[in-house]
Amino acid sequence: MTNTDWPLWEVFVRSRRGLSHTHAGSLHAPDAEFALRNARDLYTRRGEGVSIWVVPSSAVTASSPDEKDPFFEPSADKPYRHPTFYEIPEGVKHL
Amino acid sequence: MTTTTHTHTAALALGDDALVLSHRLGEWMGHAPVLEEEVALGNIALDLLGQARILLSMAGDEDELAYLREERAFRNLQLVEQPGGDFAHTIARQLYFSTYQHLLYARLASVEGPFAGLAAKAVKEVAYHRDHAEQWTLRLGDGTEESHERMQRACTALWRFTGEMFAPLDGLDLDLSELESAWLESVRSVLERAGLAVPEGPRTGAWRAGAGRQGLHTESFGRMLAEMQHLHRSHPGASW
Repeated sequence: MTNTDWPLWEVFVRSRRGLSHTHAGSLHAPDAEFALRNARDLYTRRGEGVSIWVVPSSAVTASSPDEKDPFFEPSADKPYRHPTFYEIPEGVKHL
Repeated sequence: MTTTTHTHTAALALGDDALVLSHRLGEWMGHAPVLEEEVALGNIALDLLGQARILLSMAGDEDELAYLREERAFRNLQLVEQPGGDFAHTIARQLYFSTYQHLLYARLASVEGPFAGLAAKAVKEVAYHRDHAEQWTLRLGDGTEESHERMQRACTALWRFTGEMFAPLDGLDLDLSELESAWLESVRSVLERAGLAVPEGPRTGAWRAGAGRQGLHTESFGRMLAEMQHLHRSHPGASW
């Protein structure tokens, strides 16, 4: 039996309240309802999550590896964009 | 009989239901139509195994009960011992059983008694099993011509094992006729939404001496037990 007819879904899991959904993986399912249920079985059975999103993989627009340089290279040599030029005041523990 | 004995009787029956269905679902491991569904069935099997351990421990030593009893000493429903068949048979068995189990546990959880604690926890697991079975019934019934035909065949084939669930059981002080009408209403509604005909015909066998709850089992159950018990029986007392 083949499952090539079943579309691919991307799964996002929120691990607890206050955090954002993060990508957990992908799976095959015949429709969104089952994608949600399969995601529950595959990605949250050890208490990993409190909320799940499933998105058809075909709906994801991804950056192309060919565009890697124009997309990401320019940010590599601009250290002033990082907040590393400040003296950290004494007594501040959680910055 | 004392109350304790009654509780043992009920714990054994419900525990055997969970154990045997868990094993039957486990038979899909490595064989399920798709990987995602294999994990889903495996999860359901493990939920049931957890329930079986608690229930059998209420009735005695869980390992002895699971591995060293003969066929006639098992008290599970004949429904849960039916072979997986094709996927539609597995789903029909799940639909019939988990609807019953969900209604039963919801009631047991709502009254004081020896099963209230287990039922309160298990009812959430079983709600998911029921949802899983209903979702699949809708898709198979309302899917392709072949899936519809297979699902209809499975629902009809297992119909005659559904009456036993509502036979009186010592230790369960419940209104079983109310449970049965809730079950019928729910199953009918799912089958109708799935475009499937509600099976006609008797819901019990013609055999008057009883069925699974009396230790009378169907042919394939012996082979299932042999497979389930052979390792333990080959190495008595072995442990990890």
